[in-house]
Amino acid sequence: MINCLRVALFALLLTPALGAQAQQQLEFPELTGRVVDQAELLDDSLETQLSEKLKAHEEATTEQLVVATISDLQGRSIEEYGYQLGRQWGIGQVDEDNGALLIVAPNARKVRIEVGYGLEGRLTDAQSSAIINRVITPAFREGDYAGGITQGVEAMIQVLGGDPMASSSADGARNDDPRGPASIFFFIMLVIVMALVRSGGGGGRGGRRRGRSGLLAGALLGGALGHGGSGGGFGGGGFGGGGFGGGGGGFGGGGASGGW
Amino acid sequence: MLTRQTLLPGRHVWQLALLMVVATLLSGCGINNIPTYDEQVKSAWSQVENQYQRRADLVPNLVETVKGFAAQEQETLTAVVEARSKATSIQIDASSLDDPQKLQQFQQAQKQLSGALSRLMAVSERYPELKSNQNFLALQSQLEGTENRIAVARRDFIQAVERYNTEIRTFPGRLWRSLLYSDMPLRENFEATSDNADQAPQVEF
Repeated sequence: MINCLRVALFALLLTPALGAQAQQQLEFPELTGRVVDQAELLDDSLETQLSEKLKAHEEATTEQLVVATISDLQGRSIEEYGYQLGRQWGIGQVDEDNGALLIVAPNARKVRIEVGYGLEGRLTDAQSSAIINRVITPAFREGDYAGGITQGVEAMIQVLGGDPMASSSADGARNDDPRGPASIFFFIMLVIVMALVRSGGGGGRGGRRRGRSGLLAGALLGGALGHGGSGGGFGGGGFGGGGFGGGGGGFGGGGASGGW
Repeated sequence: MLTRQTLLPGRHVWQLALLMVVATLLSGCGINNIPTYDEQVKSAWSQVENQYQRRADLVPNLVETVKGFAAQEQETLTAVVEARSKATSIQIDASSLDDPQKLQQFQQAQKQLSGALSRLMAVSERYPELKSNQNFLALQSQLEGTENRIAVARRDFIQAVERYNTEIRTFPGRLWRSLLYSDMPLRENFEATSDNADQAPQVEF
């Protein structure tokens, strides 16, 4: 009787897990590094070179860029495949969704830049499209996959660095708010430091109590500093010990595609 | 007397432990699934609306740009403008999400705008200066990107509704619904997106 119950309970616990698994129909290559060359378009030295470049970019900005060459889109369009690949791998940091993928499907003759939510403001659809049409596909048309991918990655990094593709003046709505958070942070620091100085300066009768509030202010400052540090540095993400993993970023279909 | 006093707290601890075990088991059995999935449906819906709104916001700019090069395509341009104003007039918030008629209207209006826009893009192929205009190219890629975002948001919504409805209809969820969540209805889903999906196939005997 008890055994029977136990089995029933176990089955109950299992059903949701099974249901969730049944929804994944597409098969994705494994995320073995920042360059996943399933379609064998790049030689090893170039692969390491690209990986280094992408790693340096992540260390500088926490933005995760990944290059994927896919041999089989499994009957889907590259748009449909792309965002699911990004979600599956979880490229980008979890709270910032700052990941982007360069996906090349040589057998379908399609290329796509898939942009995570957090980067859509800088690597806009228009910019992605310009990179694809002006940099990547011209090289691909001449069979130069390695050159197209390398230059494409460089262009993506350039655009993400705040330097848009030349002569696409149309895309004027670019924000320059990287300075915004920093100035707010400094303002907060200033206020806290002022509070500290004032509480430190007050001697006499209320000295002890003020000392305590100074301590509190110190703790606040420490907290703010710690928080600012984690916001700016963020290094964790999910790569440790040489391996590489997605940070859990989200994708909603931003980006652009092209063919050649 | 003495034994009773030592027994009493022990029994309390047992009851508490039992309660905790039951609570864990219940959440393992998905007692929270229905409201969780319901929230996911709502957030997926707001994403759908967002992306449609984004498309609607692109339209005036696009129309202006095309007008600058192809003013004679008045008919196509007006069709786009009209379809846009119709599409933006139908808004569905999460609470009226399970009104099938309204959802249908919303879909219909958006579909009309899709059609008008794709005609506009087809027409603009005929104007070489327009096609090489940077502003137009940027808008075109934004429109393509937005259409793709809409497709993704719709797919996410369909999946979320599917999961929610399945939860309500299948065994543990069905039980929980009858016990606790009887006010939560089956949700309407988007229909298939093919062009003649709304026409029933004609069968003749």
